[in-house]
Amino acid sequence: MTEPKGLEVSDVSHQYGNRVSVKFASLEVNPGNVHCLLGHSGSGKTTLLRIIAGLEPAINGEIKIAGKKVAGKGIHEPTENRAIGFVFQNYALFPHLSVLRNVSFGITHGSRKEKRGIAMDLLDQVELGEYARSMPHALSGGQQQRVALARAIARKPAVMLLDEPFSELDSRLRSEVREITLRVLRASNSATLMVTHDPQEALGAGDVVSVMREGLIEQTAAPHDLYNHPNNEHTARIFGVVNRISPNSDFGRAISPITGNNVLLVRPEQIRLNPTTLSPRGSQGVIVQINYEGPTVLIQSQLASGQFIWTREFTPTERHPGEQVQLSMAESTSDGA
Amino acid sequence: MGQSSDGTWQHLQETVLPGYLWNTLGLALGVGLLTIIIGVGTAWLVTSCRFPGSSILEWALLLPLAIPSYLLAYATTDVLQFSGPVQTFLRETFHWSRADYWFPNARSLPGAIVILSVNLYPYVYLASRAAFLEQSACVREMSRTLGLGSWQSFFRVSLPMARPSIFIGLSLVIMETLSEFGAVDYCAVDTLATGIYRTWTSRGSLIAASQLSLCLLGAVAFLIALESIARASLRFHSSDESNRVAACTPLSFSKGLAASLFCWLPIVAGFLLPAFLFAYKTWVNGDQRAVEMLADLGTHSLILATIAAGLAVCLGVYVANARRSHPTAMVKTASRISGLGYAIPGGVIAMGVLGAILHVENGLNDAFELLFSWSPGFFFSGSILALLFAYQTRFLAVSLGVIQAGLTRVSPDLDAVSRTLGKSGIKILTQVHLPILKRTLLCAFMLVFVDVLKELPATLILRPFNFETLAVRIYQLASDERLDEASTAAIAIIATGIIPVIVLSRLMSRGHDSRRSHHHAPPTRQSNHD
Repeated sequence: MTEPKGLEVSDVSHQYGNRVSVKFASLEVNPGNVHCLLGHSGSGKTTLLRIIAGLEPAINGEIKIAGKKVAGKGIHEPTENRAIGFVFQNYALFPHLSVLRNVSFGITHGSRKEKRGIAMDLLDQVELGEYARSMPHALSGGQQQRVALARAIARKPAVMLLDEPFSELDSRLRSEVREITLRVLRASNSATLMVTHDPQEALGAGDVVSVMREGLIEQTAAPHDLYNHPNNEHTARIFGVVNRISPNSDFGRAISPITGNNVLLVRPEQIRLNPTTLSPRGSQGVIVQINYEGPTVLIQSQLASGQFIWTREFTPTERHPGEQVQLSMAESTSDGA
Repeated sequence: MGQSSDGTWQHLQETVLPGYLWNTLGLALGVGLLTIIIGVGTAWLVTSCRFPGSSILEWALLLPLAIPSYLLAYATTDVLQFSGPVQTFLRETFHWSRADYWFPNARSLPGAIVILSVNLYPYVYLASRAAFLEQSACVREMSRTLGLGSWQSFFRVSLPMARPSIFIGLSLVIMETLSEFGAVDYCAVDTLATGIYRTWTSRGSLIAASQLSLCLLGAVAFLIALESIARASLRFHSSDESNRVAACTPLSFSKGLAASLFCWLPIVAGFLLPAFLFAYKTWVNGDQRAVEMLADLGTHSLILATIAAGLAVCLGVYVANARRSHPTAMVKTASRISGLGYAIPGGVIAMGVLGAILHVENGLNDAFELLFSWSPGFFFSGSILALLFAYQTRFLAVSLGVIQAGLTRVSPDLDAVSRTLGKSGIKILTQVHLPILKRTLLCAFMLVFVDVLKELPATLILRPFNFETLAVRIYQLASDERLDEASTAAIAIIATGIIPVIVLSRLMSRGHDSRRSHHHAPPTRQSNHD
């Protein structure tokens, strides 16, 4: 007999009044895995999370948590009876309880001492043992986030739901807290579904990523596949700049043997810039703009046909606006959409 | 209307009704205007300016809440009357005789307006101060960078932004004014509220009194409708929780002095003057019987106020929680209706309660008589239970408003997270909401406590036989012009009322201090006709 999935969502829909906010969403998360739900605000990702938690009703579809059906035709298990943990965007710590009592709030079994012991262990795991007696308002944002995580994990939920858990943290703190969070989540063996609008975060944290748009899950895949094989332009663009090239244009013919009406979507790092003297292949262009990104630079060139093309290179670079260049496809890649 | 069996209504219509209506309208408008000037002005000064004594004024401006309006009326008229200290001092100093000067008569409509205004402005002060405290410093600073001076910034930015809260405070003041009996009666101003009582007690016409009540209820319904419309169109969503509290501007010596005077004047007129007067009168010529009775009277007042306030808080929690957890149209309507009582004069409520209870009791007595040839009698109408029932009808709005306002500040995410942690219904209420709302509940308790302590008309009508409270004793003595004797009970009621007011002001300032670190703003009194 196969082990049940941590979370199974099949054809779930939801609407606010007349507006359909989630359309036939389906996904599965295995225990110990992190599944990221990526989308812009208003795409329906938080609503889907709340439906799984039982905080919003689904109008159709089915949800199973650890093999137990919690939502479906004629079934709506109340939130408190679902084996879930939820970390809210604003952490929602109880302001009247100490950090320790926040974490032990949901633990129902065991003596007071045992509950305290479990909560202390979790606080140690998230590196906050020394703050057990502090009140939530005395903690920093990153510390509050970790308390919320420990509190949600304390009930040993089969499914952990995280709603933009790092969005209120600054970028330096974000990577530090994310590292601790992922370590604790994987150790807990919960199936984790994390909502985020940050594509880098989704690619970095998720074993699997689903892209949501206007209530629809457009694609679900491993980060590498999603980045390199997006199944539509929206999904391709969500991870950054892409060049939209017609295969019938001069540049299109120069970089790809494919012809037809389909548009080629090529990422900047898939196009190489060469000095015109070195490469006779490709199309000629002039650099018009250079944007520094830190470890890389994004370079915009204009082709003779007038089309603008983005390329990416590592820093430091000696490129400069006005430089004549030859644009061609990088040899190791030939992927497009 | 107009079909009263004894013709009293027609008689009233032809004689006193127009006067009642004009006086009521004039009183409501006058008090409304004056309380806005005093309440908003003082709230703005203590919140945004720094001048000598401003930190004391923050809480001292609440003190008039401790004085029952009828006591203030007795004190003011006593001090300002012909034989009072002020006129006596003027005559002796300037050697005037009676015909040499004109002096304003406190027992008049303008007198009643001033007296009620210095008594009721704390409601507008509380509401507008809470609004000013919640206003982000950024908004005000932005208006200054756009070229507005501090006065312009107040009139064009802060004041319009605070309008919804000011309106809530103002509507409480106007409802209190419409239902005011003791002070207005003592000032010899005939309004609908005093007319109802007089029609019933002097003319003995319950029907005509009920018809007058309907007139008043019509005015109240109009006011409530106006308030809902205004509130719907004036709802502003300020801001996130992390708003910076605006810095206070230090005032120059002369401006600071003027600000101090402006703020101290209503405290002197609304609290210090009556408090000192009654303390002095008690010292010189107290009510011997009241001293003997003080333990009894005080106990009665305290027991009534404590039970009524406790009940009002419990009911308020129940209704507010129902509205939060099951916000269906029916629950919303029911909670709105349960809060309407505040707008109805205590006397009208007393009559309504009495009528309803008597109706039920008569039915029960008839049924018992028929079944067992014995009837239990009028066990409910003459008991404290009837009085407590009336207090709940009248004051539930106060506790409900405060608790609802407090609950709206508790993030719904806390409910949701509690449910994901396995808690539901009553556990969320007892383990999350109530502990968080501790200060709010205490605030609601104190406000109802003070209100019940001061309440006169319902207590006067519904109290059990021979059951006196401090308020009733004061009314009885003062209406016989035995003010010296009334002073003993008066000072007792002020002393009792001042404790909850001090607790209240401390709660408010602590709420303000903790706003920088907590998610909870200070509890403020709100009516709940939203």
